[in-house]
Amino acid sequence: MIAYLIRRCLGVAGVLLAICAVTFTIFYLLPADPAAAACGKTCSPERLAEVRHFMGLDQPVWRQFGDYLVGIFAGRELGSGPHAIQCGFPCLGYSYENALPVWDLLMDRLPVSVSLAFGAACLWLVLGLGAGVTAALRKGGLLDRTLMVGAVATASLPVYFTAVMLLYGLVRLTGLLPYPAYVALTDDPFAWAANLLLPWVALALLYAAMYARQSRSSMIETMEQPYIRTARAKGLPARTVVVKHGLRSAMTPVLTLFGMDLGALLAGAVITESIFGIPGVGRLFYDALQRSDQPVVLGVTLLAAFFIVAANVVIDLLYAVVDPRVRS
Amino acid sequence: MSIANAPATGPGDAPAADGPGTPVLPDAPWRTTWRRLWSDRGSRTALIAAALLILIALTAPLLSRLGGWSPTAFDAGAIDPYLGGLPHGALGGISAEHWLGVEPVTGRDLFARVVHGAQVSLLIAFAATAIVVVTGTAAGIAAGYFGGRVDTVLSRLMDLTMSFPSLIFMIAMMSVAQDVNRVVLMTVVIGVFGWPGIARVVRAEALSLRHREFVEAARACGSGPWRILTRQVLPNISGPVIAYTTLLIPGMISTEAALSFLGVGVRPPTPSWGQMIAEAVAYYETDPMYFIVPSVFLFVAVLAFTVLGDALRDILDPQGGRP
Repeated sequence: MIAYLIRRCLGVAGVLLAICAVTFTIFYLLPADPAAAACGKTCSPERLAEVRHFMGLDQPVWRQFGDYLVGIFAGRELGSGPHAIQCGFPCLGYSYENALPVWDLLMDRLPVSVSLAFGAACLWLVLGLGAGVTAALRKGGLLDRTLMVGAVATASLPVYFTAVMLLYGLVRLTGLLPYPAYVALTDDPFAWAANLLLPWVALALLYAAMYARQSRSSMIETMEQPYIRTARAKGLPARTVVVKHGLRSAMTPVLTLFGMDLGALLAGAVITESIFGIPGVGRLFYDALQRSDQPVVLGVTLLAAFFIVAANVVIDLLYAVVDPRVRS
Repeated sequence: MSIANAPATGPGDAPAADGPGTPVLPDAPWRTTWRRLWSDRGSRTALIAAALLILIALTAPLLSRLGGWSPTAFDAGAIDPYLGGLPHGALGGISAEHWLGVEPVTGRDLFARVVHGAQVSLLIAFAATAIVVVTGTAAGIAAGYFGGRVDTVLSRLMDLTMSFPSLIFMIAMMSVAQDVNRVVLMTVVIGVFGWPGIARVVRAEALSLRHREFVEAARACGSGPWRILTRQVLPNISGPVIAYTTLLIPGMISTEAALSFLGVGVRPPTPSWGQMIAEAVAYYETDPMYFIVPSVFLFVAVLAFTVLGDALRDILDPQGGRP
């Protein structure tokens, strides 16, 4: 188990390094010159050179990349001489826009995105798995067909359409819910939930539909296995067969999917956040793009990759605990 | 499992269509597929809807000329300058002149725009799907059939690509690139992240085909790897590949729409569904038709290709190979 863990972690480090390299290459080789943008229109060539040096843009690309990597693990000094800035341990650089450390910006926004992702995930797991398993157990029946038609239709609705319709129906027309404005969980748990309910539902509907389809086909496949017949034949109650024997193995592919989806959402649901104006990481990313604030863009991309990879590892470890064959 | 699923698709495979005079030869596979698609009401509707949308996309310039408006022509007469530029008349200005109404403020014809939007959206979706399917199938076959080091390298590459936060990455790449053909760029960017899914499916199929008797026989007859791959392996994985391809299209349409919605897709004045919806969000209360028209087109396109893909998968790949 320990060896497996170490091997897995080394793999993760490799993947993250590769993602970092690709991201860095793409975003730092782009034609736009951030130094010119930061320096403004009335910028003398000497001043521009100074700014370029301060940003480290006068170095060769591989050197910039090396400095960036070292900065993440050990921190680094930006610029040189009396104006140098010390950038502490997880140094992802400074925002070109407001000169704040990217790490602080990310950590500032992360709780918002995590609230959004986890709330929506709970909702879509309950709705999606509930609908999927119910449909699978009544395969071919009216309920099954109704649920699946509903699921395929919901999955075809883009999240921004659902979001606008929900806003119109629940906020403008009936006033049942407040217009979403983020309130921290620690400040007021009730207001936190009430404000996030709308984004949760908008995001969860789409995923619930996909999960209903996935879990239905997975459950149907499992329930046709011989060991389910055996379990039934030896006289186990139907509930035990479905829950202990069926559900357990039918959920394996769903769990893999869930790891990927949740990982991707933790670093910001860009569309949902920008529609509801929720100040999460996705919103930060979107705003940074408009201003070509590359350090922030790079930081968010790395964070997102980290979450996806981390979620994968957690899911794999869960498998390794459950199923000894995985470890070899 | 394949046997268990086969009868579920209904009466389409019954040889009832054969009259007394027809020879009882087995149908060509595509005919069977076609007949089963056509016999089910849901998949028939989806097929017609998808075909209509493709037809609309292909004949967009013709259709908009028929409607009498170009997608970029302003019509100041169709909007009310005293109402903040809202269209004259009910339902977003639907009239004999403007079949689906007009855009607020500019008065551009919505029918012409949505029809041209279909062209852009479907072109990007289909081209990206083509990229994904060709690269994915090639990589999957190579990994599964040759195995060994090729397999290791390609599988690692698939894992790596799947670990990329694809939407975030696509948005970033689209907004970084400035002065290139947006449609080509978008196709490539969307295509780059899609190939591992289909590659995995194909790899698993190729892996199991590698040691089947007919492949061994071909090898024993002295066929080279290229001939075996194109004559033995490829035809045998075409079923799952076709099904998977159809299921890829709705995802591609949604991705294109999402990128255009976020403002990093095709640039105005070229219309695309996502971009039109993004512009219409501000008007959803005052001019709901403006918001609804492109949304309905997008919804129908995604739904039709999903239903069609589901049906094709049930017919061509009943035992799975699911991503």
